[in-house]
Amino acid sequence: MAIELGEAEGAEMNRYDNRLGLWGWLGRGRWGIERYAYALHRITGLGILFYFLLHIFVASLRVKGIYLWVGKGIFHGPIASVGEYLVFAAFAYHAANGIRLVLVELGLAVGKPMEPVYPYRTSLNVQRPLLILMMILLLVLLIAGGHSALTR
Amino acid sequence: MKEARSWTWHMAAGVALVFLLGLHMFIMHLAGSAHVFAPYGADPDSIANVIFRDGRLFFTVTYVLLLGVALYHGLYGLRTILLELTLKPAVEKAITMVLMLLGLGLFGLGTWAAIAAHSMALARAGG
Repeated sequence: MAIELGEAEGAEMNRYDNRLGLWGWLGRGRWGIERYAYALHRITGLGILFYFLLHIFVASLRVKGIYLWVGKGIFHGPIASVGEYLVFAAFAYHAANGIRLVLVELGLAVGKPMEPVYPYRTSLNVQRPLLILMMILLLVLLIAGGHSALTR
Repeated sequence: MKEARSWTWHMAAGVALVFLLGLHMFIMHLAGSAHVFAPYGADPDSIANVIFRDGRLFFTVTYVLLLGVALYHGLYGLRTILLELTLKPAVEKAITMVLMLLGLGLFGLGTWAAIAAHSMALARAGG
């Protein structure tokens, strides 16, 4: 069902219901791996945002001499360490995939326009190596972060 | 046009975060025994190392920059996800307003804390 929004900065704009809602993130169609990279990008983004909002409060408490991440603080211990590594992993994924998305958004990694001659090629054929490259970068970061966490 | 501009800023903020948050993550999760900006012991977020960084103007400035850029990027991203659900225009306006107030409030809190921690670290070093 279209929702009439009327004049929006000089142009009339019709919007259509997002029928699948959040379930649309999970595919519901013949999507490539980029679709799942997109879903994971949003999930990691929301996770980082939740941690970041909490982090602002917790880090600000240091001004009052309260350090919740050391000694007997509630954010100190093995569970917190695993949580911190997960935040690092989420950041590493979000950053690596985000760089790919910016390059694609700017048209730098989608290839040149070409005649639609069989066998057809899509821009996904050009983008895929960039995704693989970024996931290799992610793997390197995850291993380095894991090594650093274990040897701390 | 306004949305396109906001989206461009969202992307630009993401690129800035690769460097700003990348530095923070490097110090906290990758530098390890290299003691980069963490000269006291192996733990980069020990009290001594936190005060060491708080005392440097470079970190106070980058903390405030990181705070502003990350709040914009994160809250605008959340708004994008919520507005994709085709809510009623009044609800969308309310979401935008709440997220904006939340962002401004947290930016104020974080900036105050960063500046206060910097002053306290300098006072400690001076005393």
